[in-house]
Amino acid sequence: MTRSVIELPVTADDRRIARLAALAIGLTLAEAAVPSPLPGVKPGLANIVVLLVLLQFGWRAAAWVSGLRVLAGGLLLGSLFAPGFWLSAAGALISLLVLALARHLPSRHFGPVSLSVLAAFGHIGGQLALAGLWLLPGAALIKLLPVFAAAALVFGTVNGVIVARLLAAPASDRRQSVPCTLP
Amino acid sequence: MLFRAGDTGVLLAGAGLVIALTVYAWGGSRGDTAVIRAAGQVIETVSLTHAQSFSVSGPLGATQIEIEPGRARIARDPSPRQLCVKQGWLTQSGQAALCLPNQVSLEIRGRFSAYDSLGY
Repeated sequence: MTRSVIELPVTADDRRIARLAALAIGLTLAEAAVPSPLPGVKPGLANIVVLLVLLQFGWRAAAWVSGLRVLAGGLLLGSLFAPGFWLSAAGALISLLVLALARHLPSRHFGPVSLSVLAAFGHIGGQLALAGLWLLPGAALIKLLPVFAAAALVFGTVNGVIVARLLAAPASDRRQSVPCTLP
Repeated sequence: MLFRAGDTGVLLAGAGLVIALTVYAWGGSRGDTAVIRAAGQVIETVSLTHAQSFSVSGPLGATQIEIEPGRARIARDPSPRQLCVKQGWLTQSGQAALCLPNQVSLEIRGRFSAYDSLGY
């Protein structure tokens, strides 16, 4: 009997993305336990990780982490391919597209807070667009727009401040294994 | 440095967007026409442009309706509980004051009405 062994070469990049995606998935799971007054209003803590990855390793890595986060989060929460999963995916997609544009803003004037707020609006915009087109066509969502937008503004700001503080922390404070320079 | 100059701008723009959405979604639309009914029949359709008053008679007596620019109210009514009088001024499209015992109603309409029709 012959045994065939298939070995997939793993690069350091892959390991790093996997580790960061695991971090984002952990935050997604933790957040799912927090009760929310309105479905869709969440702190979006995983976006902290996505933003840190974007600022340290570039947009491609951030897209991988975000995509893996949505997919694995759906698997672990049991909502894979359910409407909530597609809403999450649409939000992540639009948010990434917004970040792809926003990261070219001059960083002298626009810090992590700007990126975070814009990404949060992208997130809620993508979700609401899909929900409006697919799940709840009609005017039903319009009354909720201000709530969602206010939540995006508040949580986007908070997450952005967290990212800014983590980036500003001195390297000695960063408790992380050697290959990963994230805090 | 947590906040840079552009961040403040983005935050202000975001706050502006939230305020604009709030006004757009929750502001409602002001009415521009008042429809007065007695016993289910429309007896008067008035635009809310200048002050005037109407007296409509029902089974209990006369109901006094007052129109002012942008608003309308039931000023006097013979109904025992005075619910429609206590509603005060109506301004938003879709609002209505009903004086049921006297079978008189006052409804505000605008360009956008919140409901297609209301059954009482």
